[in-house]
Order: sequence, then C-alpha cells, then structure tokens
Amino acid sequence: MSAPYRTEAGGRIDRSRTLNFTFDGARMQGVQGDTLASALLANGVHLMGRSFKYHRPRGVLSAGSDEPNALVAVRRDDARYTPNLRATEVELYEGLQAESQNRWPSLRLDVGASARLLAPFLAAGFYYKTFMWPRKAWDRFYEPFIRAAAGLGKAPTQADPDRYASRYAHCDVLVIGSGPAGLAAALTAAASGARVMLCDEQAELGGSLLTDQGALIDGQPTHAWLADALSTLAALPNVTLLPRTAAFGYFAHNLIGLNQRLTEHLPTAQATGVRERMWSVRATEVAICAGALERPLVFPGNDRPGVLLAGAARTYLNRYGVTPGRRVAIVAGCDGAYRTALDLHAAGVTLAVIADVRPAADGPLLRAARAAGLIVRAGMTVTGTGGARRVTSVSLAPVRADGSVGGVSETIPCDAVLMSGGYTPSVHLFSQSRGKVVWDDALKTYVPGASVERERSAGACRGSFGLAAALADGANAGAEAARAAGFDVAPKTFAAEATEASADSVIGALPQPASTKTGEAFVDWQNDVTVKDLHLAAREGFRSIEHIKRYTTTGMATDQGKTSNLNALGVVSHALGAPMAEIGLTTFRMPYTPVTFGSLAGVSRGDLFEPVRATAIHDWAVEHGAVFEDVGAWKRARYFPKAGEDMHAAVARECLAVRSACGIFDASTLGKIELIGPDAAVFMNRMYVNAWTKLSVGKCRYGLLLGEDGFIVDDGVVGRIAEDRFHITTTTGGAARVLAKMEDYLQTEWPELKVWATSTTEQWAVIALQGPKARLILEGLVESVDLSPEALPHMSVVEARICGVTTRLFRVSFSGELGFEVNVPAEYGRAVWEAIWAAGRPHGLLPYGTEAMHVLRAEKGFIIVGQETDGTVTPDDVGLGWAIGKAKPDFVGKRSLARPAMSAPNRKQLVGIFTDDPALVLEDGVQIVAAPGQPTPKRLIGHITSSYPSAALGRSLALALVQGGRARMGETLYAATAEGDVPVRVTAPVFYDPDGARVNG
Amino acid sequence: MQPFSAFSLFREGLKGQKGWTPQWRTPEPKPAYDAVIVGGGGHGLGAAYYLAKEHGLTNIALLEKGWIGGGNTGRNTTIIRSNYLFDESAALYDHALKLWEGLSQTLNYNVMFSQRGVLMLAHTVHDVQSFQRHIHANRANGVDNEWLTPQAAKAFCPPLNITANIRYPVLGGALQRRGGTARHDAVAWGYARAADALGVDILQNCEVVGIQRDINGAVEAVETTRGPIRTKKVGVSAAGHTSVVLGMAGVRLPLESYPLQALVSEPIKPVFPCVVMSNTVHAYISQSDKGELVIGAGTDVYTSYTQRGGLHINSHTLDAVCELFPQFRRMRMLRNWGGIVDVTPDRSPIIAKTPVPGLYVNCGWGTGGFKATPGAAHLLAWTMAKDQPHPINAPFTIERFRDGHLIDEAAAAAVAH
Amino acid sequence: MLLIPCPHCGDRPELEFVYGGQAHIARPADPSALSDQAWAEYLYMRDNPKGPHAERWRHTHGCGHFFNLVRDTTSDMILASYRTGEPRPTLAADPKGAA
Repeated sequence: MSAPYRTEAGGRIDRSRTLNFTFDGARMQGVQGDTLASALLANGVHLMGRSFKYHRPRGVLSAGSDEPNALVAVRRDDARYTPNLRATEVELYEGLQAESQNRWPSLRLDVGASARLLAPFLAAGFYYKTFMWPRKAWDRFYEPFIRAAAGLGKAPTQADPDRYASRYAHCDVLVIGSGPAGLAAALTAAASGARVMLCDEQAELGGSLLTDQGALIDGQPTHAWLADALSTLAALPNVTLLPRTAAFGYFAHNLIGLNQRLTEHLPTAQATGVRERMWSVRATEVAICAGALERPLVFPGNDRPGVLLAGAARTYLNRYGVTPGRRVAIVAGCDGAYRTALDLHAAGVTLAVIADVRPAADGPLLRAARAAGLIVRAGMTVTGTGGARRVTSVSLAPVRADGSVGGVSETIPCDAVLMSGGYTPSVHLFSQSRGKVVWDDALKTYVPGASVERERSAGACRGSFGLAAALADGANAGAEAARAAGFDVAPKTFAAEATEASADSVIGALPQPASTKTGEAFVDWQNDVTVKDLHLAAREGFRSIEHIKRYTTTGMATDQGKTSNLNALGVVSHALGAPMAEIGLTTFRMPYTPVTFGSLAGVSRGDLFEPVRATAIHDWAVEHGAVFEDVGAWKRARYFPKAGEDMHAAVARECLAVRSACGIFDASTLGKIELIGPDAAVFMNRMYVNAWTKLSVGKCRYGLLLGEDGFIVDDGVVGRIAEDRFHITTTTGGAARVLAKMEDYLQTEWPELKVWATSTTEQWAVIALQGPKARLILEGLVESVDLSPEALPHMSVVEARICGVTTRLFRVSFSGELGFEVNVPAEYGRAVWEAIWAAGRPHGLLPYGTEAMHVLRAEKGFIIVGQETDGTVTPDDVGLGWAIGKAKPDFVGKRSLARPAMSAPNRKQLVGIFTDDPALVLEDGVQIVAAPGQPTPKRLIGHITSSYPSAALGRSLALALVQGGRARMGETLYAATAEGDVPVRVTAPVFYDPDGARVNG
Repeated sequence: MQPFSAFSLFREGLKGQKGWTPQWRTPEPKPAYDAVIVGGGGHGLGAAYYLAKEHGLTNIALLEKGWIGGGNTGRNTTIIRSNYLFDESAALYDHALKLWEGLSQTLNYNVMFSQRGVLMLAHTVHDVQSFQRHIHANRANGVDNEWLTPQAAKAFCPPLNITANIRYPVLGGALQRRGGTARHDAVAWGYARAADALGVDILQNCEVVGIQRDINGAVEAVETTRGPIRTKKVGVSAAGHTSVVLGMAGVRLPLESYPLQALVSEPIKPVFPCVVMSNTVHAYISQSDKGELVIGAGTDVYTSYTQRGGLHINSHTLDAVCELFPQFRRMRMLRNWGGIVDVTPDRSPIIAKTPVPGLYVNCGWGTGGFKATPGAAHLLAWTMAKDQPHPINAPFTIERFRDGHLIDEAAAAAVAH
Repeated sequence: MLLIPCPHCGDRPELEFVYGGQAHIARPADPSALSDQAWAEYLYMRDNPKGPHAERWRHTHGCGHFFNLVRDTTSDMILASYRTGEPRPTLAADPKGAA
C-alpha cells in the first residue's frame, strides 16, 4: 500500500520494489529510487531535524546536496555509523536505519528548543560579549556548556572497518555535471575521440533533465533524449561515466579531486566492497557544467517544516512521485516557480494560493500558469507562517507602489509553502580554480570571469539559464575543450523546445510592515542566522562580507552557504547601503560538499600507512626475539632479551659480551654512498671537514659533515677503495639527506667536477663484529686476506671474499673493541650473518642491538649525530676540531665557523658526567645548573645528551654539553632532575680504555 | 567603548539588539601619525593596543591592506602553548601565555581562551628523548610540561589509539596543561575594539605601497592606496607579506613564505577534550567550541602567496589523523583553506629594530604565530616605543643570522638518528 | 599538486620532485673573502617575491636532475622551465629575466 503523499503514477522510482527503513526507530516504507527525504515526505513526515542554535523544528528545504536542515545519522552497525548526512542524499536501501540529530530526548520534544525563550539574548556573537566573569568559570562551566550545546551529529565511537581506495587518472576533457550542458559537452567532445570523463554527484546522470516534464530535445521528450544520450556515452570506449561522484576540489594545474561513493546506496549485506574512491584527475581541459542552486526567499517563519524550495518540490514530484502537501501555497520570486505550480496542478494537487513577490510579476511561465487557469496574486510579500512542527498557514500582505507594506496580512491555510527566489549560478569550482567571479548586474548574481586554468563554464553555472542555452553552451564548451586538447571537433547542435523562464529574481529580505514586530526571517537555516543578525553585524561596524560571515556564522554550516550566501549578501547590501558588487563574496574553498576523511586517506592505513624498511638480517633478528625501534622508516633491533630480561638486563649482558668475547650487530641501515671519479678526492675535500687527498687506498677516516651554517649534520667512516673511489657511510637517518646535499653541490655548484655519487645503502648488508674474539671468528671465513693487525690495521678496508661472496671488509670500531664491519651484497646478508653466527657461537658470540651499541660508544665518548648534536653544535663543541683539515682553503661550513658566535667562549662543550650516586642514571635531556636550589627560571648551563648504566664501569655514566665544559674538569655541578638538584662531577668524555689500546688488538 | 557583559546582553536583548554601536570606527586617514603599524592581524592590532595602552602613544594608525584579521589570524588552527626548548623561546612564548590567561578580561572581549591542554605525542625513541629534554628544560624555566605514559595519554584524550600494532605506536607524550586554544577572530576584534577605544585609527583597505626615508635613511612616511601618511615610526607585522613590505625600504630578510593549509570537519557533539600534536605522523587536531575537528599539518613545499596548497597534503594529514584516531575515519572534511607563513632558517621569529631607523619588524613566526599573539604584540609595541627591544625579544634579531646566534627549535626535533 | 615541466622528462606531478629554493644563488668562489654580513646574505637572505620566482627543483623520483622554474607565486602558474646553468629566461610576464 503506498504512502499517503505518494502520487498515483510518475517519477523515476521503481514503485514495484518496496523498501523497509526506520527513522528514529519508526518503521516506514519507501521504494527503490527514493532518497530518505523523498521517502519521509511520501509518508507525510516533514519534521526531520533541529537547527544548530535554537533547536527549531526543521524539515527538508531542498532535494539535493544544498540541504541545510535534514541532517541525519545512518547506522549500519556500531562501527559503521555516519553522522551529518543529508537526508536528500541518502539513497534508500532495504533495512536503512536513520536517526535525527541534535535533539534530546526526541525530535518531537527537544529540550534544546527551550533556547527559543532566550533567543532574543542569543543574537549573533553573543558569546563574545559575556562568559568572562568570573575568570575560572570559563574553563569549568561556560565552555563545557557551550560545547555540549554545539555540534550536530555524534562522532562514531569505533574504528571504521570500511575500505577506501584512490586512483589517479588523466583525461583530455573532464566534464563536471551531467545536466543538459554537461551532456551536450560530453557528447560533443567524445565524438572527436578525446578521452572524456563525465561526473555527477547524483546517483543518476541527467541533472535538471531528471525533473523536467514537457520539453523536447531534438524532437524527443527529455527523458527519452536523456536515455539515448547516456547509452551513446556508455557505449563509447573513450568515455568514463562517473555517477555518485562529486567533483569537490579544483587544484592548481587542472588537478580535480573527485569523490566517488560506491556502496552507500546498497543494503548492508551487499555493502562489502570499497566504500568510496578518491580520484585525482589531471585533465587537459575542463568543462564546468555545475548548474545553479535555487535560492530561498527570506521572510519571517520561512524555516517551518513544510516550507520548501519550489524547484525542489518539483523534483520530489517529478522524480520521486511525492507531493509536499495537499494544500500547497506557492510564493514565486522568479518565473521558474510557475513550473512547480503547473506540474502540481497537473498532478491534481490543490494550490491554496500562488503569490508573486517580484516587484514586476511577469514572464512566460507566469503567463502559462494563468493560461492553465491558475490564479496568481502579484505584488505580494510574505509576513509570516503558522504552525509548530509543520506549517499550517502562510500570511501575505500587498506591497504598495512605494515599496512599503501595509499592516494587515491575510492568513491562508496550507500544509506546504513552496518558495523560490531564483537561481544562483554555481561558481564554486570556477572560484576554486582561482578565476575571479564578476558581478552581473542584469542577473543580479556573480558569474565566472576570465579563466585562469584551462577550463570553461557552460550553462546555468555561468548564468546561461534555460534548456536551449544550456545545450548550446554545453556543446560549445565541449567542442572548445576538445579542440584545445588537440582534437578535431565536429560541432554539434541540439534543438530544444521549451518554455523558458524570464530572468528576474529576488535577493535579500522580502519587505515587511514597518509597524508590527515580525518573527525571525532566516537567511542561513542550519546556523540559525536571521536578517536581524546580519543587521546587528552591520550595526556593530562589520563591513566586509568576510567579517559578517565570521561574526554571524552565516554560510559557515555544513552546506557552506549554498542556499544562503547570496541572500546574505542582499541583506547586508541593504543594511550597509552599499551595492552588492561592492561588498564582495566570501572565498569558495574546497570541498564543494564534505568528503570523508577515509576517502582522503585512501589505502594509506595499517600496513600501508608508511613503508617499513627492513634489512636483510631483519627476519633473523625477529626469530631471535629482538625488540625493535623505529629509526626513520627503518626497523632496527634495539636489544635481544632472553627469557625474563628487561631492556637493562639484556643490554648489560650484550655489552659485557662485546667487551669480553664478541658481539654481532646489524649495521645495514647506515647510509652508504659510492663516490667515483677522478675528482672524488677533490669533492670529498670540499664537502667534508677532513683532508682526504693523502688518505691512502685501503685506509679509512672518520668523516664529519657540516651544513654551510657550520653545524654538524652528519658523520661516518669513509673508506678509500681506490684513487678515484670512496665508500662513504652516513647515519641511518641522514643517508638520503647527505646524498641529496652532494647532488646539489655536484649539479649546481661544481658541475665541472668529474665525480658521481650513488646510493648503495640497500645494496650492502653490513655485519659488524666487535670484541676481542672478532678476528678469531672471521679468520676461518674470510678467504685470501691477511687479517693480522699489521696487514689490516685499525681503520682499513680491503676487498675480499667471505663464504664465497664478495665483501668489502672494514676494520673499524664504534665500540672501542677490536672490530670489523663485513659489507656483503644484501642478497647474501643473511647467509653470511648465519655463517659468522655459527662460527662465532663457540667463542661466545652474542647478538646485540642499537641500545647496547649506544652504550658501548658512549663509554668511548663517540658522539651520535642527533643525540650529542641537535643542529646547533660545531665540531669544536664536541671535541672534533682535530678532524678539520687545517690547510684546506674551503669546505662546506668553514666560512660559517668563523662567525663570532661560533667560537664564543661560553659555548656548550662535550664533557663526561658522573653522578655522585653511581646507581643513579639520569634521564636524557636533564638540564645542568651551576648552583642548586635556584628558583625558576634557573640559569641553565648545559644538558645531558646521553645517559646509560655501564656494565663495563659498574656504574652510570653520561655525556653532556656544558658551557665552557672543557675548562670544568673535576667541577661539581648539579643535574636539575624532577626530584630535585642532584650533584654531578664533570669528567673527560671518555670512560673506558681512554688510550684506545683495545681497538688495536 | 560600549562594555560587554551579561547585563548589557540582557538589556540589549530586550531592546531587540538595536542599541549596539560599532566595535571600532571607520575613520579617514590623517596626514600624519606618531606611529604606524602595518598589518592588521592579531600581532599588529595588539601592538597598536599596547602602544596606546602602555606607552601612551594614541595618535597612531593601524594600516591593513584588506580586512583586519583576514590573514593568518583568521586562518590558523588556534593552538596555544609555550613548551619550547630553548630558554629564549620558552621565555617568549610563556610571556604570551601569561597574557592569554587574562586577555578576555583585559580586553572586555571573550576570546574564548581555553586551557584544555596540549599533548605532544612521542612515537620513537628519538621523540621520547627529545620530549624529555623539553620537559626538563621547561621545568627549569618555569614552564609547565609533563610526561604521560601511553595509558595516561589515553586517559587524558580518550579517542587516542594507543595500540601497539600500528606503524608508529604512541610511546607517550608531553602535556602542557596550560596550553589550549582560543577563538582567533575574537582576538583580532577584541584588540581592534580596545585599541580603537584608546584613539587608534584602524584603516582597512589601506595597502602600503612604499616607504619613504629621509636623507639620513630614517623613515619619514609611508605611501598607501589611501594616500601618503607621514610618520617616524613604522612597525611592520605583515606575516607572509613581510618581505614585500620591508623590500620597500630596501631591507632583505631571511624569510620565505609558504602555504599552510588547515581544515575542519563537520561539527559533532563534544568528543575531543584537548589539543593533540604529532610531529612523527604529521598532524595536529583539536575540537572547536562549535564542534568541528580542527586539523592541520605542515606547509606545502614551495613558496607561494596563493593561500592554497595541494590535495596530497590533506591526504597525508588525514591519513595520520585516522591512524591516531581511527573512529574519525568516517568524519567528513567540511572546509579547507590556507594561509601564508613566513619561515626563518631557524624557525624562530624576528621581533626587532631593522637597519633602517624608525622601522621595526615582527615576523618569521612561521607556522606558530597565533599562540604568541599577545606576547608578540606587547613586545613589538615595547620595541617601537622605546626604540629598544625588551629583554624577552632581545635575542630575536635579524643580526643573529649574521653572527650565528640561531635559536633553532626545529633542528632539535628533526634529526632522527 | 603542481604539474611540473621537467626540462628532461616533460610534465610530471609534484610528488616526483623536491623543492630547492631560490635559484641563481651561486656559492661564493672565495667564502673567506666575505664579511659576515655578506656571508649571511648568501646563506640566509632571500627575495621571497610576490610574483615571478626563479627557483630550483630536483626530479628526485625521476631523472634526478636539478633544474629551474620561473613560477608566479601569486598564482602558482609556471612561466618557464630551464636547465641548471642556463640563465633566467626573458619572459613578458617576468621583468627579472635575462636581457
């Protein structure tokens, strides 16, 4: 059995397929093709929401994405709960569960509606004028109250399980909008062979043609022409049709963002696929055929449920087979409203009254209405409406010749009021493209001006109203776009037969009687902004539309002013006594309609959020129970705990193993750069602080790299493989940065140098062996190379073979023990590691991680870039002045080191720190002061850069940067910990084997 | 100045709001002023206020090329905090924070300053070390900052995802409880109204197109689109346009102007109690009093005056937000916009005299200017009035770049090893 | 996302590139001869123009070359693209180009 307001026949719905749904728990029925809004209207339900501030009862105003009132939440399950959806865009499916928002306890009886009693005091901006006393009441009382009253829907409470995808696409012509202009553009462009994409935010393509009755295109009724056009386009291989796809953003250089909805319209059981897809389309040419948005009329009581836009009501009738009421009042502010009157009349709906509010009521459609026997009362204004949760009457008064309004109104019973002030061209995307809109005085609206990007607007969105104009405009636009994209185009024409509306329209508030106190006339429905609010803003001195918008919040709701912007401009123009063209329009910003976060995030979540970089040894470490840390995008093994060990116990054991036997460590993440060319040494001299010319082949040097500002940016051991070849290492986090820096100098400063740099970070796996037994373990595995201290002294490198595999074998140590770093091609990394592991186990070989590595090097006073340095530290600060090649005339950073601040006497210098209490391990970053017990702000003279318990020393140690540190040896200073100032002693920044004997073993 | 209060609201409500008067005048420019501020954002308007209020300089004008508060002041994500690392920075931003704490009352304008806490998340060992260093330095400097474990962070911000199996799990966070947010437009309007009440002429749609200097090189006038104005003191507080304005006096600065985008979601009932920032996953988020989630991240990579950037920046910001707050994945972006942020090489501002006598500059705030608004304003006014910096802004000179005295907040945070 | 015309590869999306700041700032041949002020000019001071800007980009995820663009910072429109080492081209829209 059909719902009470469903028409007998007609519409594009499938009346044979009944759908069950609930709204606020009430069960109702609609049909396939309904939106939630049309289904509710069919059931006679007009109360769909409550407004933001005053909690006024509200019904649907429009039929599209411009809807400001009927916001609902749709629940598939507890996790797939979506708030703030427009009922006009929610496609009905079997089992849909929707609920209204911003009301308690129910939509009918909302406690928040008592705000209307305070409404006179809650005008725009009221919160700036109060809530200031007492001061503490803001945080404790006022703000929580405001926040609880604000907001619309409720946020979902669980993680969203739905999936989202994204795609990049290119096309020759992107047509945005599939009404008559868009279809004409697409047909014309596609015929030339250009790759055409056509998108529309609605489920069905066709735009205004979906609503039209009575016009002919090329001799066919519009619905038939539409069907033909769509099947033509669908059959063309060079055309991509994208319904349910909103073009939401126009970005620089013709990148258009499209958001495609894939499953929102499906019943839950079938909505299993990707929910939404984000398209980033780079279009050679764009045709914007976005149409126009109907404008409401501004009069007191224009917000009651049952007051709708006239064109929207026509959409409900012709597309969804629903009438808005049984006794319908029509208030015409434009000629187009009479189409609604004619169609309702033809459908047998009683028209309670038709009032025309234009100063001069005339036009082809008005005349057609009169010719059909309808009575039109011209020269009227609306002074109010009646009814509580549904409109029950409309009050009209005549407007005198001088524009004033008499005090006596006539009240006419009705159950729906349909109003239309005209149509506002949708210039949003054009404006986003950074083209300037221009004021068209004839149309009294803004239209697109000169294009900045490769685009053109066609049809209603550029002020070319009417079916014939849209088709012609669209065909031209499509042809021009395809031609500009390099295609030969055969022009197309489409012959339209239709009664076209005249162009006049109404903007701003309808005139009201001067004497009586009128009710609230709404301009922005969702944010409850009234004519009085806009006048108040003007009264308070706000003159720009931008200020007025921010002060009153008009245009800032989820509809972003689609139904309010131009009326607001009209009201403000009147309030300020300035022409609309002078006041300006607020900036249009993306998105045109709201876009799901998930769609923007796309597949970048979970495992795909950011790549994990793992070394060739990674899996071995996992299998051996390593705990990992993130260093940049790398996973590095931090320590290898045995059963029952915490990090401290594991690290202590690992450190002891290294110093007493041997440890094996994965150093593969460190950056490696192969530098090759006759000018390699010259380049090294210019880049690094060190002198490189005399470094012999087969020898290594600790390289220090500065920025041009003189501060340390990176370091690493560099081996000279040949006269013209260096194997450079960098920090893990700095690898890409260092190579990029080298390329910058090589390409743009010293292109004459013959040297090339290649990243080999991922090509070499690096197995570090550190400890007295290291040579012993390696000897059996390395072929044909003498590993003795005489043949391969500390800081050497040799090419050899290990386990049958090429290796660059470095004799280097970051631990201060006898050490080697075995570089093998990464694909052999794990195999060689396992061979070394097997050979080393009998000697007590243990794996160690980054934490132990940090402790071992700290015991030796070796800095770590990013820990002892922070971008503000010079070589001399950390005692590395010796590394600088003194004879070099220049290197990157040298000039900056000569600046006054860089050698100021009180710079922070690297020192060692012993706490008086040997068991106390200070936290990293603890600040140092000279005297205890200071009040804040204390005079800070340094900070702890690294701090560890040292198994080798049997006590804690720390490195620190302290002002004038090197002159403070033996001094007692204080560490300003959270528990109080703790005495510490300054010592040399090397704690273990200060003479460095062990490394020469 | 018409006082604002619950009583005046009530009284005017009874009169249909007809008794309110303009919050500031719309005067014609005078031919000369004792001082001129160029740039009508929060910093500039505030400086005009403090010049009049604290230094008795009331014959002054504020020149704004568009509408006051229309630049970065109206476009930021409203985050306020002072937990910076270096002593100079902590002093600077905490000076501002202390002024925030009484600002509504000072201006008799509710700027809706809400000290609901700023929580900065640590995701790596390096982050933890960096935040610990901040916390220790802050405590010693008298700035509140405390370490929270992941569980405590979630208790403070219930929507936070602290599961261990995401790409960059939360290892804890640094919380400044005195930090929070404020209503950005209100700050501009509040300072404008109070300055106007003291006699400051606020001249909108008045763009400076030239700076004239006398034979000694000192400032003697500015040329504007509304005519020339003679003055001996010009304070430029023009954010992303600073290079353009200072260029008129031949002063080059270490500034580059980048687009910084931000976005809001559709409004929802209260769900997010504080501000959360994450440098590792690149996003910051809070919920406004209107109910919208306010979200921002880093700049686009190239310099621009367009106040807009690329879509991929938004995608990258939101994928980070959704990892940290997976229940927000179904929320929708309502509006996105951009500003122009002037960035210095050490990410610290310049509030100083310029080499041109009578010309002062407040710039280089990059992505962090809003939080400093009352402090920057106060210090610019001081520097102009006394022709000397206040001790708090004394380190923030142009010359520090020549001498190497950089105050590099970014370097400490950025270097992952 | 900008569409950037790499002189070697043609139009490619911005994600393939890394921005390199203002172009044509040559590292002084003899830094030690500069005063601190002049060195700071080189190191830190920038034009930051509101208008055509000659800037460097590197096609990191492509050919790897550095190159230059002239881009109007008021619109992000790219006016010219040219190789490293070439002078800034003369453009009608760009008064700072080479004569």
